Amino acid sequence: MIIIDDSIKNLNDNYQYGFKDNFNPLYSTGDGLNEDIIREISAHKNEPEWMLKIRLKAFKIYKKLPMPDFGPDLSDLDLNKIRYFQRASDHVSRNWDDVPDQIKNTFEKIGVPEAERKYLAGAEAQYESEAVYANIKKEFKEMGIIFSDTDTALREHPDLVKKHFGKLVTPQMNKFAALNTAVWSGGVFLYVPKGVHAKIPIQAFFRINAGRTGQFERTLIIVDEDASVNYVEGCTAPNYSEDSLHAANVEVFVKKNAFCRYTTIQNWSDNVYSLETKRASADENGTMEWVDGNLGSKVTMKYPSIDLNGPHATGTMLSIAFASNNIYQDTGCIMRHHAPHTSSNVVSKSICKSGGICNYRGTIRMNKEAHYSKSHIECDTIIMDDDSASDTIPHNEINNGDSEVEHEAKVSKISETDLYYLMSRGLSESEATKMIIMGFIEPFSNQLPMEYAVELNKLIDYQMEDSVG
Amino acid sequence: MLKIKNLHVKINENDKEVIKGLNLTIPDGEVHVIMGPNGTGKSTLSQTIMGSPKYRITNGDIIFNHTKLNDLATDERARLGLFIGMQYPTEISGVKNVDFIHAAMNAIKPDNQKVSVLEFMQRLDTVMDFLDITEDYTNRYLNEGFSGGEKKRNEILQMMMIQPKLAILDEIDSGLDIDALKVVSKGINEMRDNNFSSLIITHYDRILKYVRPDVVHVMMDGRVVTSGDYHLAEQLEAGGYANLRDLLGIDAKLVDD
Repeated sequence: MIIIDDSIKNLNDNYQYGFKDNFNPLYSTGDGLNEDIIREISAHKNEPEWMLKIRLKAFKIYKKLPMPDFGPDLSDLDLNKIRYFQRASDHVSRNWDDVPDQIKNTFEKIGVPEAERKYLAGAEAQYESEAVYANIKKEFKEMGIIFSDTDTALREHPDLVKKHFGKLVTPQMNKFAALNTAVWSGGVFLYVPKGVHAKIPIQAFFRINAGRTGQFERTLIIVDEDASVNYVEGCTAPNYSEDSLHAANVEVFVKKNAFCRYTTIQNWSDNVYSLETKRASADENGTMEWVDGNLGSKVTMKYPSIDLNGPHATGTMLSIAFASNNIYQDTGCIMRHHAPHTSSNVVSKSICKSGGICNYRGTIRMNKEAHYSKSHIECDTIIMDDDSASDTIPHNEINNGDSEVEHEAKVSKISETDLYYLMSRGLSESEATKMIIMGFIEPFSNQLPMEYAVELNKLIDYQMEDSVG
Repeated sequence: MLKIKNLHVKINENDKEVIKGLNLTIPDGEVHVIMGPNGTGKSTLSQTIMGSPKYRITNGDIIFNHTKLNDLATDERARLGLFIGMQYPTEISGVKNVDFIHAAMNAIKPDNQKVSVLEFMQRLDTVMDFLDITEDYTNRYLNEGFSGGEKKRNEILQMMMIQPKLAILDEIDSGLDIDALKVVSKGINEMRDNNFSSLIITHYDRILKYVRPDVVHVMMDGRVVTSGDYHLAEQLEAGGYANLRDLLGIDAKLVDD
């Protein structure tokens, strides 16, 4: 049982979303992890035997795999002090009235706009380890779109889940992918049937709300042939005193001629380790786009990948990273070209200040069969002060004679000439700086749904506040 | 009124003195022109009045409406009513022209006088019409991909929206075709009234056909060496700077000598 003392709220007022609810999980497995706990999680959810087997196998792999030997230092992350499973409420709410008031208040405080609830297809709020709210618009049901939390999908559509689960993100990929597979809970399941176009973005809202809570969402998206979907998730997290781990796994299957855009905005509080594994595949003529914004956390390690499996498949990665106050953002992407005439495009923008570190770490792999494929990578970084650092670590592998990879990287400070120009029109140094930064990330923010763009601007605005004297 | 007294200015980068004891007074309501050969410190003067971090004042004062500008930041000067139309306006990607101009208008106004979006758009439409500026200007990024002429028009657009008390226009006429020159001149003339003054820096007298200055100054080697009415500009055009130098008996080296 976790009751958060009000006094914790006052520990650090600097963090915008530095509040938390008095939250009382109904069920928890306590600290640490062993095989019994995994069995307990699976039994508690009445899972089929095959899922338990997947979990146990992944746990064995997890124990064998080493911690990452590159990038940020993870030695302060004590995996024995993580609470691997807890349950916020017993049922997934089907309509707004059933959602507990306290959770509604949380949304109120974060400022999830009323308009979003009205217009967006459905809001699925990750509260602790499971979705407590799932609202699917009627017309979506009529279109055959399945949108639920992954636990529900496992009960209601076991065959669909079994066919895809773990086929892209395997436990062998890395230690945290294995850990997630062993203890996953919650996350979003989305299936868009053949030829169906979900015209409005489907949105989910995640946050962490109690210290020592491991978050292991498992998201599975299948966009069937000729279908399209735009999926949006946003995260804000309140402040608390202990380190917390977020290790989500996301798998996206884009079938022939299908389209998927997966947009994420993450603003974890500054004590969260965000170690995620995201992998998508695009079949013939399919398009997969990752739009990924990382604004907070203590450490983020995230390299979404796309397997371009069919001819003319396209993959895009558009990302921004913002690191301040000793935040370490180690992000990038992996594009695997397996078929001819595939193309990928990577635009990575990062800003670091006040001791923040932003690295771009990316791999482009052109396999033998990927004839006449091309990839373009563009990394732009603004370093705001001498305390901050950035590194671009590209790895390009071309295994055929007719593919092209272009890489451009630019690291700069805010230009004195630009500042002077804006200030000559009366903008203060801080306003001018913000305007330049907003302009810098504009190629990213203009791809976001309006509400998210507004929220992103507010967040950046807030985070830039102390950047100039 | 702008009053510059015995101004000495160095370029920070190479510590070279460029302005060497310059005096200049521009009363309210007057348009003054500074002409002069290349490398004589005209642009340095304009940037120094606006407070560019590239230059530093080593001696003398710049006073605007009784406020000493020497140690004020560029934005503080702008808020006192100064404006500079730059020779090479910078390109800022991702910032829409329209958003920037709105922000700039409001930046110099006190909280209770901010311009609403509607009010702003109406005024912007009027001014853009006046300057023959096409609608796509507004949604383009600030100066990005603008031609030389478009950039200069955009400076004049900003000036007319911001309504400064003193506009320094640094080679606003360079690189303009006749049509653009007329438009830019029209903008400057529209601004002229008892509360507006301007300092136009130029190489040629052609803009003076459209904007009739109250005073023409000639600058050489970091100083104002002579002043007169617009006939002085015509005289220069006819005889050239070297001629004038010799006429005045000044010991100044011209860059192109």
